[in-house]
Amino acid sequence: MGRKLLLDKAHIENIRLYDVYRQHGGYKSVEKALKTMSPDQVTDEVKKSGLRGRGGAGFPTGMKWSFLAKPEGVPRYLVVNADESEPGTFKDRYLMEFIPHLLIEGMITSSYALGAKRSYIYIRGEYAWIVAILEQAIQEAKNNGWLGKNILGTGYDLEIYVQRGAGAYICGEETALLESLEGKRGNPRIKPPFPAVKGLWDCPTVVNNVETIAAVVPIINDGGEEYAKIGIGKSTGTKLISACGNIKKPGVYEIDMMISVEEFLYSDEYCGGIANGKKLKACIPGGSSVPILPANLLLKTAKGETRMMTYESLADGGFATGSMMGSGGFIVLDDSQCVVKHTYTLARFYRHESCGQCSPCREGTGWMEKILLKIENGKGSKSDIDLLWDIQRKIEGNTICPLGDAAAWPVAAAIRHFRDEFEWHIDFPAECLVKNYGLGHYADPLPVIAAV
Amino acid sequence: MADEIKQEAPKNFKVTIDNITIEVTPGTSILNAARQIGGDVTPPAMCYYSSLKGSGGKCRSCLVEVSAGSAADPRPMPKLVASCRTNVMDGMVIKNMTSDRVKDARAGVVEFLLLNHPLDCPVCDQAGECHLQDLGYEHGKEGTRYEFKRRTFEKEDIGPYIQLHMNRCILCYRCTFVADQITNQRVHGVLDRGDHSEISTYISKAIDNDFSGNMIDVCPVGALTDKTFRFKNRVWFTKPVDAHRDCDKCCGKVTLWNRGDDVLRVTSRKNEWGEVQQFDGKPGWICNECRFDKKHINDWTIEGPTQISRHSVISQGHYLGLQKPKETVAEVMGGRSPKLLMDIHDISDVNTVDLSALPGPATGANFEKKEQQ
Repeated sequence: MGRKLLLDKAHIENIRLYDVYRQHGGYKSVEKALKTMSPDQVTDEVKKSGLRGRGGAGFPTGMKWSFLAKPEGVPRYLVVNADESEPGTFKDRYLMEFIPHLLIEGMITSSYALGAKRSYIYIRGEYAWIVAILEQAIQEAKNNGWLGKNILGTGYDLEIYVQRGAGAYICGEETALLESLEGKRGNPRIKPPFPAVKGLWDCPTVVNNVETIAAVVPIINDGGEEYAKIGIGKSTGTKLISACGNIKKPGVYEIDMMISVEEFLYSDEYCGGIANGKKLKACIPGGSSVPILPANLLLKTAKGETRMMTYESLADGGFATGSMMGSGGFIVLDDSQCVVKHTYTLARFYRHESCGQCSPCREGTGWMEKILLKIENGKGSKSDIDLLWDIQRKIEGNTICPLGDAAAWPVAAAIRHFRDEFEWHIDFPAECLVKNYGLGHYADPLPVIAAV
Repeated sequence: MADEIKQEAPKNFKVTIDNITIEVTPGTSILNAARQIGGDVTPPAMCYYSSLKGSGGKCRSCLVEVSAGSAADPRPMPKLVASCRTNVMDGMVIKNMTSDRVKDARAGVVEFLLLNHPLDCPVCDQAGECHLQDLGYEHGKEGTRYEFKRRTFEKEDIGPYIQLHMNRCILCYRCTFVADQITNQRVHGVLDRGDHSEISTYISKAIDNDFSGNMIDVCPVGALTDKTFRFKNRVWFTKPVDAHRDCDKCCGKVTLWNRGDDVLRVTSRKNEWGEVQQFDGKPGWICNECRFDKKHINDWTIEGPTQISRHSVISQGHYLGLQKPKETVAEVMGGRSPKLLMDIHDISDVNTVDLSALPGPATGANFEKKEQQ
């Protein structure tokens, strides 16, 4: 049984209400931070904890906070990125729906550390009902003196606002989020300057994921060093994984980053194995943007080591044989799934969600979608696969924001690992419309390279 | 002592672009540093416009490789960077045309830009002064690998002076910056997102203000064209001359595009990068009155022929050093002079109609012979 820090109280009835939350030890971290610690001490604790951003990139949070410019007389902002739109990721939704006070508590502590007097939650437009939950939580916190002027008599003021997005994936990118929050079109900004120097309304801003901010609460309560004891290496603490796809028990799981992918996938505590007695074919371990892995590379790394659910182990082997932790959207595909169709679905999503600001992403995503649809419909040719490869190569790294990369990686990984399935679609155009390629050799043991 | 004072003076940054070293003031972008060197070293720019704040970074055609970040930190930058929005550091080493990565990425960008751009240059008014044509010619590949239908848009009317042809737009955002920065109120912007995003007004409003015509000048392609000039002439048949008039709204310094004595079009003056020229440190935007209403040669004081790059097709219509070819018909025909079978002017007014006086594009009806009394 892994240790739970965020969801340990999620099962308690009415934990979303202030009274119940407070009875179970809520807002202790705010008391501790505001009364006994200086803002820099809070930042130091977070640094010590080794907490890494839970939104996808995995950047160390304490370092991000210490980069925040602190000029005199200029307000600073904390913006919580609740624009959780990555296909396959739904952990923040769970957190905000069931224990909204955990987020509010983390925000108060974090805002105190950053010196922010106003903090924002930018929430995805589709999460309309969660806005009401959060606003109720904010109101309750305010009524009980945790927000507003002179919190706990320490002279620290803080207001938290919830802002709804209008339904765009791109607004999860931090600078597009800030543009949207300012009331403009959600186009990503060109960096530098980074938000830590010029963010919301040109003021220094920190943008953090919901889960990152929530993780500040146990860090302050137990101490950063205690938090860092959980996990392996630089992957410290617990991580929420939203598991979905062809598994017996889809849902949000909190893992301490000490278990293997195999255990997560097959143990009854977590996913419970592949549903309907089928076999594992492939998995996207970190949300739709990260490279897909075939079964044999998912459970073991190319070196033959067991793959663990940590940032480093999932990325082991680079993009050639590895993937990424990403935002923790664990999408499992069984042998009845078609990788070509799956890649097409993702390409369609990225075509639809590209903001259209820079040309490689605007034009390239649509082109990839059209070619993939052609192959999926059995009308492709072998040169289309090479063309796809060339297009994704020309998008990746040449765009303003990471959406271009996110659109290119799934296509690249699908071709890299599942090329024979693409070729099967081209060689058997009639067959591919009525049946699936199946498991292929994707679960076969990796060839062992003979020692020289 | 003297040495100390020297050191305190703002130090120029030394940058090397394609093995050419130049000193520039801190805060200069890579693109502007390259423009100071000039020639092939300069990356192309489709969306950056030096007079428009915030422009650039979008088209990705100016990508360059930074092989050393600065003298203090000589690590190379992992990705190609947009030279228009990246400032130079002291000791930076940049590769533009000497980098195969850049050439490859740029060819990719050209391909992406042309993917949905109609290849109707023969009927496009921008042909001959189109930056996308130049970019495709200089940096693109010969053929396209795109085999699907191109994206099209509904036509939209945005007022009496400017024709919007959204199919040709490359979404450089320059026209929105113009509206933001030199007019009182912006009524147009980008609607939708991705490959179906479009320049438009909300909803089908006319763009009506004194400086809206400058949108045409900043448009790198034929998406925004001058309705008073549309289809009247190919740009390389016209003769550009610099002219000015006293205008209380704008600088009044323009380029006239003439055919004979007819003023077919008026634009602001452009520099060698295709951008509006600066006068007294201010960009020489011109007002709609100068641009659309003053279409008579007597409205203007002519300064002289406009300098056009000799690489441009427009320069072939230049009248400096023009030599009329020798008449050889009689010689070829053994001394006989040619017999006129029909004078076109007996049945048509072609070549005698003042095109600039027409309210819109010329049609066949404009050239029909009017009955002589």
